Amino acid sequence: MANPMVVVDDLHVVYRVYGSNADKGTAATALLRMIKRQRRPSIREVHAIRGISFVAYRGDAVGVIGRNGSGKSTLLRAIAGLLPSEQGAVYTDGHGALLGVNAALLEDLTGERNVVLGCLAMGMTTQETKEAKPRIVEFSGVGDFINLPMKAYSTGMGARLRFAIASAKSHDILLVDEALATGDAEFQRKSHARIDELRARAGTVFLVAHNLAEIAETCNRIIWLEKGQIVKAGDDVPGILDEYLVASGGVARFVEAAATAGYPSGPVT
Amino acid sequence: MTKQGRVSAPGALSGPVAGGDSAATVTAEPENTLLPGEPLRDLALRHGLKQTAIRPPLRGYAGELWQRRYFITGFATARNIAMYTEARLGQLWQVLTPLLNAGVYYLIFGLLLGTSRGVPDYISFLVTGVFVFNFTQRAFITSSTVIRDTLPLIRALYFPRACLPLGYVLIELQQLILSFAVLFVIVLVAGEPITPYWLLIFPVLVLQSVFNVGCGLILARWGASIDDVSQLLPFIVRTWMYTSGVLFSLETLTLTIHGKLHDHPTLAYLLQINPAAVYITLVRYALLAKYRGSLPGAKPYNAHNCGLYRLFSGKYPSYSAYCHPTTLPSIPSLWLYGAGWALVVAVVGFLFFWRAEARYGRG
Repeated sequence: MANPMVVVDDLHVVYRVYGSNADKGTAATALLRMIKRQRRPSIREVHAIRGISFVAYRGDAVGVIGRNGSGKSTLLRAIAGLLPSEQGAVYTDGHGALLGVNAALLEDLTGERNVVLGCLAMGMTTQETKEAKPRIVEFSGVGDFINLPMKAYSTGMGARLRFAIASAKSHDILLVDEALATGDAEFQRKSHARIDELRARAGTVFLVAHNLAEIAETCNRIIWLEKGQIVKAGDDVPGILDEYLVASGGVARFVEAAATAGYPSGPVT
Repeated sequence: MTKQGRVSAPGALSGPVAGGDSAATVTAEPENTLLPGEPLRDLALRHGLKQTAIRPPLRGYAGELWQRRYFITGFATARNIAMYTEARLGQLWQVLTPLLNAGVYYLIFGLLLGTSRGVPDYISFLVTGVFVFNFTQRAFITSSTVIRDTLPLIRALYFPRACLPLGYVLIELQQLILSFAVLFVIVLVAGEPITPYWLLIFPVLVLQSVFNVGCGLILARWGASIDDVSQLLPFIVRTWMYTSGVLFSLETLTLTIHGKLHDHPTLAYLLQINPAAVYITLVRYALLAKYRGSLPGAKPYNAHNCGLYRLFSGKYPSYSAYCHPTTLPSIPSLWLYGAGWALVVAVVGFLFFWRAEARYGRG
């Protein structure tokens, strides 16, 4: 409890998007802009994270919930150090590994080459990579597909291989962005085992999931985001989940479920 | 629990309707029990946490880059192999592309326009120039889009971003080595002998690679924020090619009476010491015995023969050796220029790229 692992201090993240529909982008408008000496065409700033602060400790599993576009994935990327902040800062102990649905491996290369390159990019030596490769292939369970280009993979297979690669190195911070949603039951069980293992080693896990039951099962802390700001954050996971459910037009169920028979197992609709 | 009601009135969010103005009105003071009493920055620093997404110190950055050297080579090799997997001829294109390049230029500039006047063994001269320049050209153009090309990778994994432009230059170097296999065959067929001078090719290509890496780093940073760079670059590079003596001999333009550079010795000198011309001249010097033998100053000064060259360079292409002009850079000075360009550009490029390290993910 005493050792913070991730400290997010008044974080703001702004994406700059070029070519919004405010400017049609024709040659005539571009010329006009040059004559008028306007600076750049149609930069739209998307203020994705607006002042978020919290602290996560060793051994924590933090669930992040919120509607589409509320800033969940952006927050995870910022914690992983992959997005620069506009204002405020993120402090971490070591580098995190981010697992997203479309986290890129190089899709025109085979799964095997992706395993090797992924390991090397994470800073493993060639020897460590060679040792880790069979484990990763086995854990991913993609079988013979390992020799095919990754663009031939199903979504679930791609996610499994990515998870296997990213969790091969013993990261202290694991950021899981819906990466488990596309896997089958067996893979989800394996991944949860690996997440528990990491927490037991005093690592920290962040989990973005629309499957609220998964958050209820896995997490001891929770952050509810809306429009890039925290609505609620705290230790009362079932309580906050229920409030989120009610706010989304659903029926509260997690407090009751937690009090009686553990957690529900089916997906929440 | 008083704040609970302020989050949003139940029903204000109706179902998973994305966007719209029915979104929860976020309260000014959200309920957040994940905050300790003390300032967050102090807490983080007291426990030795490091700020993410900031520029790492220079030495640490260089160290991390060195540590990723196998990633860089693996990335380049894998990309190189994947480049032609969709083509029916596959890897053969690695050799075909430079051959076709040389063929097109020979057809136009050798046969149709007859620029071959003034250079002995024009085919070898031309193909060497095209292949060496092509290395720099490809490195420039691909580096300018490297950050955009690999944005998903940048947003997924942490690693020093300089790996990417380095990898791209390495891809081009691997292609160049194949081109040189083709080139050796061409010059042998053209009757050039194998000499110890050929060993000089390696140091030249090392210098050129270092130069390309420096430029690639600069262009990668520019191209990351301004897409116009990659649009404009092909035109700039093509102009550069025409002024670097790839297709014709800068020496001939300077020496002959009717040469365009005859009355502009300073300009001629500047064109000769530009990095592309330096590396091309040095490779030609190493590879082509006839070119080496015809370089001004290769033979004792002879006013009569030099005069013949100045007037009829097409008829006596190798007589340029008898001229001793004072305005052309010597081969040793070209080595110095080549090393200087490589060193300066590499250091500047590395620092320039590193300074924006934390900004590459934003897109």
